This record gives sequence, C-alpha cells and structure tokens, in this order.
Amino acid sequence: MTETILVRSARLSDGRSADILMRDGLVAELGTVTSRADRVIDADGLLALPGLVDLHTHLREPGFEQSETVLTGSRAAAIGGFTAVHAMANTSPVADTAGVVEQVQSLGDAAGYVTVRPIGAVTVGLDGTQLSEIAAMATSRARVRVFSDDGKCVSDALLMRRALEYVATFGGVIAQHSQEPRLTEGAQMNEGTLSGQLGLAGWPAVAEEAIIARDVLLAQHVGARLHVCHLSTAGSVEVVRWAKARGIDVTAEVTPHHLLLTEQLVGGYDSRYKVNPPLRRDEDVQAVRAGLADGTIDIIATDHAPHPLESKECEWEAAAFGMVGLESALSVVQASVVDTGVLDWTDVARVFSRIPARIGQLAGYDRGIDIGAPAEFTLYDPKASRVFDTSRLRGKGVNSPYLSTTLPGQVIATVHRGYATVLDGELVDAETISRHSSAQDAGVRHG
Amino acid sequence: MKHLLSTRDLGRDEAIAILDVAEDMADVANREVKKLPALRGKTVVNLFFEDSTRTRISFEAAAKRLSADVINFSAKGSSVSKGESLKDTAQTLAAIGADAVVIRHQSSGAPLVLAESGWIDAGVVNAGDGTHEHPTQALLDAFTIRRRLHGRAARGKALDGVTVTIVGDILHSRVARSNVWLLTTLGASVTLVAPATLLPIGVAEWPVTVAYDLDDAIAARPDVVMMLRIQSERMHAAFFPNAREYSRQWGLDDERLTALGPDSMVMHPGPMNRGLEISSGAADSAQSTVLEQVANGVSVRMAVLYLVLSGTHLAGEKSVSDERTVS
Repeated sequence: MTETILVRSARLSDGRSADILMRDGLVAELGTVTSRADRVIDADGLLALPGLVDLHTHLREPGFEQSETVLTGSRAAAIGGFTAVHAMANTSPVADTAGVVEQVQSLGDAAGYVTVRPIGAVTVGLDGTQLSEIAAMATSRARVRVFSDDGKCVSDALLMRRALEYVATFGGVIAQHSQEPRLTEGAQMNEGTLSGQLGLAGWPAVAEEAIIARDVLLAQHVGARLHVCHLSTAGSVEVVRWAKARGIDVTAEVTPHHLLLTEQLVGGYDSRYKVNPPLRRDEDVQAVRAGLADGTIDIIATDHAPHPLESKECEWEAAAFGMVGLESALSVVQASVVDTGVLDWTDVARVFSRIPARIGQLAGYDRGIDIGAPAEFTLYDPKASRVFDTSRLRGKGVNSPYLSTTLPGQVIATVHRGYATVLDGELVDAETISRHSSAQDAGVRHG
Repeated sequence: MKHLLSTRDLGRDEAIAILDVAEDMADVANREVKKLPALRGKTVVNLFFEDSTRTRISFEAAAKRLSADVINFSAKGSSVSKGESLKDTAQTLAAIGADAVVIRHQSSGAPLVLAESGWIDAGVVNAGDGTHEHPTQALLDAFTIRRRLHGRAARGKALDGVTVTIVGDILHSRVARSNVWLLTTLGASVTLVAPATLLPIGVAEWPVTVAYDLDDAIAARPDVVMMLRIQSERMHAAFFPNAREYSRQWGLDDERLTALGPDSMVMHPGPMNRGLEISSGAADSAQSTVLEQVANGVSVRMAVLYLVLSGTHLAGEKSVSDERTVS
C-alpha cells in the first residue's frame, strides 16, 4: 500500500477548482473529496497542471557525467514540474544500440524522479552514414519510439528517406535536427545585420528552413511521420504551416528560449546565449509564438543542454552550444506566451504534456488530470515572481541564460506515479523517492 | 580611458582627442632621444593568440617609447580544447602584475570578454579580434588621412566631407569594420566595394554606400582608396573563382591608379599581396601611404597606451557598461 495524497482546492487548467486524491499511483477522486489521506497538500491559489513531458532533454549519461547524470537531470526535471523526459541520444557511447537505451532507461527508473524515455540514434555514432539498430532499440525493454541524431542533422537526403521509411516500420518517428551542415560551417549566431557587425560567422535561417522543406516532402513521399526539433525561424513556421495544410504528417517543437530571447543578447559576447539553433530576431520570436498559438507548432520542448563551467567561461567561439532549461521552462513559458495572452493554461497542458506524450507514445497523459488516470501532475504558483539564480538550479549545469533576471511563477509540488517528487517548492530527497518508486514497482507487479 | 575595445564605441570628440594625443606622440619620434618617461614602472603585456609580427612590434615600440616594461606572450593555439584557456592566461597575467593587456585573438569579442571577466583588472587594448574590430588600425588610418590632408594643422580636426572607398574582403575584415565606424563618426563618407560574396549580410544597414564595380568607384575620384588584403584561403571556399579574376575585377592595378589621379591617397593596412589586390606600381606610388601608416601606427598606439594607463578621461567618453547592447 502506497501513501495516499490529497491536494486541497487546486485550480485546474480549465479554471475549475477541485480536490485531487491519489491512491496507488492513480487519481482516485476528483472534485470535492471527503476521504482521508496520509498527506494533505493545501493548493489554494495554485494551478494544477498535468505532469510536463519534455520530448527533448540532454541527460549526458553515459559518457558526460561531468555535465549531467540521469539522476541530476531527473531532479532538474522534477523541480521544473516535469514527470517525464526523453533523453537525447548524443551520449558516449551514443544511444545507438539496445544496450545503451536500456541502460539509460534503468538509470531513470532507479532515480525515480521522472519517467525517462530514451531516444535512439538514427545513425551509428551520429555519423550520418549508416542506420543504427533501430529495430533492436524499438523491441528492447526501453521500447524506443523516437529516433534522433540531435546535435547533428541527418543531412544526406537518401539516408533521411530510408530512415523515415524504416522507422515507420516500427511505428516510431524521426525527430530531425534541421541544420544544413555546409551552410553552417563555423556558424556562431543568427546571420543578419548583428552577426555582420559583431564579426561572428552567420547561421542563416535558410540552413534550417531548407532541411525542413526537404524533410516534409520526403515524409509526404514515403508516407512517414516527421518531427521537427527546436524550430526557430519565421520561415520554418511558414514551411510547417504549408506542410500541414497539405496533410503531411509532421509535428514541430519550439524551445522556451526561442519563445522569449532574441539575438540582441549576443551583443556582449556572453556565451550563456550561445545555443543551437541560435537565438533569432524579434520577428522570429513573434512568428514562433503565432505558430504555437495556431497549432502549426505542436509542442514546447526544453532542449535542456547542461555543460560544465569551463565550456562556457571563455571566449564566444570556444564556448559550447546550449543552455539548461528544465528548471526555468514553465516560468519562461508563462512569461513568453501565457502572460502575453498567446496561450491559456489549457493550451500549455496540451503543448507541454498531452501532445509531447502522444508524439513520444508515452501512455497515461491523454486525459490530463482525471479519475483513473495516472497521478502525474504539478502544482504551480503563477502569481509568484522571483529573481532566477543558481539556487534555483538542480542539475549540474549552471549555463542558464536567465540568471539574475526576474521570472514569474514557481513549481510548488510535483507528483509522479502518485508520490511527491517536489514538496513546498523543494525536491524530496533521493532515498524517499527510491522507496516510493520501489513500492510502486512492487504494486505494479502484484496488482 | 579604461579600455580600447572597438571604434564603434568611440564618440567623435573622444576620437579626435585620441588623434590629437597621437600628434603629440608623433613629435617624440622627431627628437634625438625618442623616449618619454610617461609610463615608467608600468607593465604592458602583448598577449597574442594569433601571429602578427607587425602589430606586435608596433605596440612594443609604442610601449618602449613611453618607458613601459613590455612582456610578449605568444599564446597561439590556446583555447579550451587546445591547452590553456583565456581565463587561466588572464589570471596568470594578473598575478604577474600586468597594468595593460594588448590582446590579439582569433575569436571575435575575446577582448570584451577579457575586459568584463573580472579575471584581470588591467586595461585592455584590442589589437584585432577575429573578424570583429581592429581599433588601433582604424585610428592610425584616420590619423594618416588627417595628416595628409592638413599637415601640421591637423590637431582638432575631424574628417568631414572626406570620401573613402574601402575595397576587398569586407566580410572577414576587422580593419574594414573599425574603419567604417570610426571614419563615419569623424564625418567621412565611406563606400565599400567588393563582390557580393565578400560583403556581410545586413551591410545595407551600415552607414555606408555599397558598390560592386571598382572602376565606377575609382571614376568618382574618392579622396582615399583603401585596399584590403585578400587571404588565399578565401579562394578555396568559393568566395571568388581564382586570384586572376579577383585581381582583374577588384585589384588596384596601374591603369586604375592612373584613372584615380594624383590627388587620391592609396592605403593598405599590410601585409600586401603585391600583384593581387594591389600592384607594385600602386603600392610604391607617391599617393601610397603604406609606410606612413606603419610609422603613424606607433604614434597612435603610444597615445592609446598612454590614455589607458594614465586613466585619462576623454571628452565624450562612455563607460563600458553603457556600450553593451543587452535587451
């Protein structure tokens, strides 16, 4: 028997106020609850959102444990309101075999803070020349459904065609990192007036848009499904909008930072703003917000990319690409699209939980917070306002672009599989999580 | 002046003040003893992450004429992946007691990162960063133009109405960028001439006129034609087909020199590719200022080191924090 938790007077994303009772990992009662519970959380004034699902997370393990581990990344996810993350394949060794994806999955299970779903590499070693053992990964214990060479683009058109077809065989999807490699050799920031003045090699929008255009046409031709990672330009939104109008089976994601930040930040050569794809113009930020509002862009995903201090504490060109994003994601989404009236909280539940789970074929998220559904949700205080600093980070990376800026909102509690991973705005300790997690596993086996 | 990081940050009065101090420094070169005691006891480090013998010896001569102690630190190839980081190097120099760091770096923005890092408290002088800026080169170019036009009466003057045509690889040129900002700040009209492949995206928003045809630009008889060095590696990256074609279209050859007439200056920051972007006839002509530029470079760098190390506040000077573009 696991702990029962009662959440009192939470506001659901549709505005209704409700008590939520959790028992045996499921939402047992919803509405006005009179049953007793082992633990009561007073959620007056708090918003209950279904557990956030990140389709694009770099957990770095195995191989880059100085940047992040599955455990530290899981903790960063939980404090950000996530209950599931998809771990990108660019580890060392690369997640291109059943062994590696099963290892990542079991590390995630052992950590117990969130569901960790491994993403498999499309090509061996992310080299872009030979398909990896996609069937082995799809039929492994990890049951991989999303395949990506993220960090690198599957740029060879024939290989991309074959990958789309082959992955469709197993009901999976290719998540493409759209970056034409020749057009972005040595590229450092968005190509435009500013890059010319700063003397930084430009990263043209067309390098992203040309690959997306090619890929949607390939997907149409072979009848496969395509997912576009971290789309960042107004032109990309136009291409995806056109593809969807033609009935092409494509989904697209945008990161919180591309919804909020612009290339103007690069002016001081502060490498915290160095990211792939690069920060774009204000027109692009407005276009991706509009694309998210009209459904052209299906989901938000963090592209959480932790790096050790020395990879960022240096001149711009030597610095690594990437930002941490799990801990700040919901606040940045609130600042960029909720407080600006682009999305309401029901939309956020859709683009940051239900649809990413559907793309990743992760069960249990279709109904949101509902009786009988798995207890995966987060309690969020949208009225809070705080200066975001390193004390807010729970992963190993401190390469956040938001340090010293004021962000709205704070995650107060997160519930995963019916047990709390975050309480009173702080992580529950690893031992307690591990105990709850094992109890749940035992319950699942016996139940 | 705490640092000199770019010419984009310089105001008009501030730029004129630097050029005027450089005039004073130039007078020193005409003395029997070419040395001032102004910076005695100060340590200047020439921190070069990229080879540039010309720029380094110019700064070295400038520092020595002001009686500073000079340390040359060649950190070529340093980066996070290849040996010592900028941070470790900077902290080492701080521990040694450097009062000013003259930095040449292959990465755009490295001098600004150094100046704002807190790793070292020294004044930072940008001696060329990536494809960003080379402010002392632009200052010495402006100084040279002003002297040619006004001779001994140059002090206090700007470059209002002067027409300057810069020809060549604008895309990769820190010299071109620094000159565009400085010369236009001083009132000059700048025209850039290059094939479209060697012009940066967004150049239309710069305060310049852009043209592709060098003969048309020369027919306009500008006061100054500044030729930029063409790096051989550009030919292998499809910026233009080959050296012959580049030279025919955008090289200052003897015919174009004749068309230009005797009243226009011919400038080149060096080192020159004779026969490629400039003919020997043009380089060695009476209009050529190439050697004056080298001599004036020492005077200008003396002025900059003096102003940075003496902490002199110039009219119209902004603080570094005002200059940053953060939204």
